[in-house]
Amino acid sequence: MSADSWLLLGKALWETIYMTMVSGGLSFLFGIPLGVLLYVTRPGRIKENAALNSVLGAIVNAARSVPFIILLVAIIPLTRLLVGTSIGTTAAIVPLTLAAIPFVARIAEGAINEVPGGLVEAAQAMGATPVQIVSRVLLPEARAGLINGMTITLVTLVSYSAMAGAIGGGGLGDLGIRYGYQRFDGVIMLATVVVLIVLVQLIQSVGDRLQNHYDRSR
Amino acid sequence: MIELKNLTKVFRAGGKEVAAVDSVDLQVPEGSIYGVIGSSGAGKSTLIRCVNLLERPTSGEVKVDGQDLTQLSEAELRQARHNIGMIFQHFNLLSSRTVYENIALPLELAGANRKAIDEAVTPLLELTGLKDKRDNYPSQLSGGQKQRVAIARALASKPKVLLCDEATSALDPKTTRSILALLKDINRELKITVLIITHEMDVVKTICDRVAIMSYGKLIEENDVESFFLNPQTELAREFVRDAINEKPVSELEDSFQPEPFAGSRPVIRITFVGQKVAQPLITQAARKFEVDFNILQADIEAVHGNTMGFLMVEVAGKDDQIEETLNYLKEHVQVEVAGYVS
Repeated sequence: MSADSWLLLGKALWETIYMTMVSGGLSFLFGIPLGVLLYVTRPGRIKENAALNSVLGAIVNAARSVPFIILLVAIIPLTRLLVGTSIGTTAAIVPLTLAAIPFVARIAEGAINEVPGGLVEAAQAMGATPVQIVSRVLLPEARAGLINGMTITLVTLVSYSAMAGAIGGGGLGDLGIRYGYQRFDGVIMLATVVVLIVLVQLIQSVGDRLQNHYDRSR
Repeated sequence: MIELKNLTKVFRAGGKEVAAVDSVDLQVPEGSIYGVIGSSGAGKSTLIRCVNLLERPTSGEVKVDGQDLTQLSEAELRQARHNIGMIFQHFNLLSSRTVYENIALPLELAGANRKAIDEAVTPLLELTGLKDKRDNYPSQLSGGQKQRVAIARALASKPKVLLCDEATSALDPKTTRSILALLKDINRELKITVLIITHEMDVVKTICDRVAIMSYGKLIEENDVESFFLNPQTELAREFVRDAINEKPVSELEDSFQPEPFAGSRPVIRITFVGQKVAQPLITQAARKFEVDFNILQADIEAVHGNTMGFLMVEVAGKDDQIEETLNYLKEHVQVEVAGYVS
């Protein structure tokens, strides 16, 4: 592989990491509270609110059912509003984040669901407020499950970011399509695939290690 | 200390209304250990969960330390709950926290500072025998140790009342005994009123001062523990007492057993007494005095609420009028009941 090719690969790797990490971070920031809200507003839970729960649930489901490639172009006006441009790597972060928020919300809700209901009762019996129940009981107890969910989200974002090429977002997937597929460069194609595999392995093993570190239930 | 007045909790299930707790009146005297016993599904757990309003009663009053909890706002209720500790069948410890951090939780929730927390938690580790487990996580503990942590946690906010919801039901007999001994110590030393929900008569027998029996949501019998064992009033109470003393039905021991007298039958009587020395001389005396023979079918000595209680099942043989006089004589001294007749 030529020096130019290495340069291309390095740039594309950086773009993928940039898109994945920024949209990942933002989606945790908004998705986890949304997941908590989905959990606590369910009938029979600490802040029961059936109406809010079904509205939130419907929005989350709708957002999750839009194919990412469609979402990517459908929200271009919003992207332009938020980052000033609709093309480029930074522009790709908007649809990636938007696609990941409902995904993270459901995963967070699922992780919190795994916390035994008896712990919530015990906390209530101690006189805990709903906010304390979330911050002192539910989130810490769901920590291992949340880390697992974040790992899954990041890996999914790596593969979603491959589609960012459609709006000029760059990244490894885009490199593979343009050089590997359209210019019949088998070496570049192989290199992008290898780099992607290594990247995903890396994310997964860091995630596993963190999860093991925080899982006290074994 | 705890006073339930006309307490009712109705659940709706599939269009049907079921009263899990039905017009219950109950008074737990300050400083006592009070047991509520019943079969599963009798509504005992719902009852105890109404005491700290984990379950909001459909109607009735729940007074703890003179305060009617049903009239309080959310914030006032949270405050009142600091006064009521609770332990559970499945311990409900936080797996992400160490023993120390679990015990500290109620104090953290109440906004105590680090120093105050340490001053409260350290003696509790001592009291519950968990000093060397301080930094372990619950997954590294045995069931008995987990319940000790839960007890320490329940005591951290210095409550006046401790609620125990089937607290020993998930433990083996030996561990159960040690947990019961701990509860007794806590009751005596810290002057905490204890309300225990259980289906195990051993729990009632070992530590309770008073006991109530629950069936289909209603309290059907209430008494101090000795009287409950000596003279159970309802059929269900008699069943629980018989289970507690491992009494076998006479029909299993004697093929000829009939509940009513028949030609040539001899009565089988159940004798219940307090104090080990009472029964034997009495039976020997009666045998001599009325020229009857006693055949002991079953005998059991139990420690009930710190007293020795005896349970005897004897067959009495002799002339009819002598048997009659024997029973009258025995009744003057001990609890006597005809269980049936054998030939």
